[in-house]
Amino acid sequence: MSALLTVSDLTVTYAPPRRSGSIGTGAALAGVDLDIRPGEIIGIVGETGSGKTTLARATVGLVKPAAGRIDFDGTDLGALRGKALRQFRRSGQVQLAFQDPLRSLDTDLSVGELVAEPLDVVGDLTRAERRERVDEALGLVGLDADSFRDRYPRQLSGGQRQRVSLARSIVTRPRLLFCDEPVSALDVSNRNLVLRLLDRLRTELGLAVVIIAHDLSSLAGVADRVAVFYRGRLVEHGPISDVLEKPVHPYTALLASSAPSVEHDDRLSPLELRVPVTEARTPAEGACVFAARCRFAHDACAEQPPLVPVAGTDRFAACHAADSWRRSLNPETDPQKEALS
Amino acid sequence: MPASPQPEPTLRVSDLAITVGQDRRTAVRGVGFEIGRGESVGLVGESGSGKTLTCRSVLGLLPPGVELAQGSILLGDTDLTRANRRRWDKIRGTRLAAVFQDPASYLNPSLTVGHQLAEQLRVKRRLSRKEAHARSVELFEEVGLNRPEVVYHQYPHELSGGMLQRVLIAIAVALEPELLIADEATTALDVVIQAEILQLLSRLRRTHHLSLLLVTHDLAVVAETCDRILVMYGGEIVESGPTDEVLADPQHPYTRALLAVASIGDWSRRTLEVIPGSPPEAGAVLPGCRFAPRCRDVVDRCTSGLVPLVDTTPGRSARCVRLDELVSAS
Repeated sequence: MSALLTVSDLTVTYAPPRRSGSIGTGAALAGVDLDIRPGEIIGIVGETGSGKTTLARATVGLVKPAAGRIDFDGTDLGALRGKALRQFRRSGQVQLAFQDPLRSLDTDLSVGELVAEPLDVVGDLTRAERRERVDEALGLVGLDADSFRDRYPRQLSGGQRQRVSLARSIVTRPRLLFCDEPVSALDVSNRNLVLRLLDRLRTELGLAVVIIAHDLSSLAGVADRVAVFYRGRLVEHGPISDVLEKPVHPYTALLASSAPSVEHDDRLSPLELRVPVTEARTPAEGACVFAARCRFAHDACAEQPPLVPVAGTDRFAACHAADSWRRSLNPETDPQKEALS
Repeated sequence: MPASPQPEPTLRVSDLAITVGQDRRTAVRGVGFEIGRGESVGLVGESGSGKTLTCRSVLGLLPPGVELAQGSILLGDTDLTRANRRRWDKIRGTRLAAVFQDPASYLNPSLTVGHQLAEQLRVKRRLSRKEAHARSVELFEEVGLNRPEVVYHQYPHELSGGMLQRVLIAIAVALEPELLIADEATTALDVVIQAEILQLLSRLRRTHHLSLLLVTHDLAVVAETCDRILVMYGGEIVESGPTDEVLADPQHPYTRALLAVASIGDWSRRTLEVIPGSPPEAGAVLPGCRFAPRCRDVVDRCTSGLVPLVDTTPGRSARCVRLDELVSAS
């Protein structure tokens, strides 16, 4: 299936570049390429400041890219001006569900009003149609419209608020939905409920969903692909089980091995991948974004590697040591012993 | 630091009950547990399970309107429930310390982080300015802060969340407390940093002979860090025992349900289990087992009377009327 969203060489900076022609070291996103297909759930992971949210903001038009292009269903979003841009925005085809449903819902509006609000922008709907769309959206997120329409956010549990927030984002019948940390504020039992819901929406509506998360557990069981960001760069992406079980990039390996788990299996220990505190380096300009924290960095890493296909797989990684770092893992290292020292 | 290991536990909580609101609804009931010297215990539950109220009562920090109705909390041989304000000032920070989810809100934004640690050492340990500075830098280094001399002179806003949590941990262990309480201390952090902080807590436990009470909603976090686990639901402990045993063979249906929804590190898994329904509100009056409305193994007996917490195997206990049937069935 052809891509719904194609992001090519996207660069976003929040601070103006110091010299003209340079994108500066403060780039929030640098040279990102990514495809998203209809009906697909793609997870975007990375630490705070890695550019995950910036990608979503650029796609919905909240920030202007410094370079690169974003195509949505064959339309170059950056080239849209005036009326065409307004029309695209009003169509509500791309929606962003914000993090923290506790704070992103207006406490003075009822659930019915909150969910109907995005339709004000779309316009051209009669009262009856609006009501129908609101009921449809609430139904899709598993909330009974009749009993929830007149409630206020304070009368809802965390999981219900998150679902109201989702209903708000799907009421315009979008084709692409960005969810910023949809489950990080929720308890485990509600977490899976919301993830299941996203899974159902993509099947029933053919919706493409991007889940932005700092936490890998919010992707397990639902995402098809995962894109790993580090300091504004896409460092690895591909099918989720491949990427997280056999990471090619050392940062992905560190992420996957750090995720807490109930079962202790034979996975790598974060201790084998971390740079000891005493050897901490400062990031050099132009170097691989991860070099300063990479245990396997060598001379070539003074230059940022491009994101290239990994031979024999359908994934991509940006690492000079992609083929070699596993070989330099020391099998003699006893993680327990090192932890004690 | 006390030299010889003591036979009695660091903390002994017995028959604790906490009420909320003007009508004094019981939000936590019959909670009892011990934390041995150098032991780490995980207190696990969803929001509303009473885990935070339990840990706040140990710290003497119950919010207004919430009262300790019954029970005793012994730290060594001091009964914390009888401590007055002056007594608390001598206990908190010195014998008992805590770190929370949002480190930035526990630091003064207008003072350097080093100043805030050194101040503790000067006031409570009566160290000189110079000694306090030296000891602070040492502590910062111990908690894994890179370039501790530089960090000493930095303000909270200059540090990342993970670094701030390290600063707070340094402050918490500075006075060599007997017990450190970590209430969702790693919840807001990136996974990589979370793993580092959990590892740091485990290391400090050994080097400072700390007892650790880790309060979290994430079973996976406990699995990596704790010797024993206490599972709370609806204001009661529903299961307790050694972490390995509880996770390998949970006895209470709620623990089994929690385990089914927890992160198991299997990325190719395509099913998402959910626990139907939602937990009872704090202080809700329910007949019998509080998990019954959500339990898949529920029978009539479950709601016919209060369910006691019974010892099952050595070191383990659970609160379920169907223990024998369900355990032998599984």
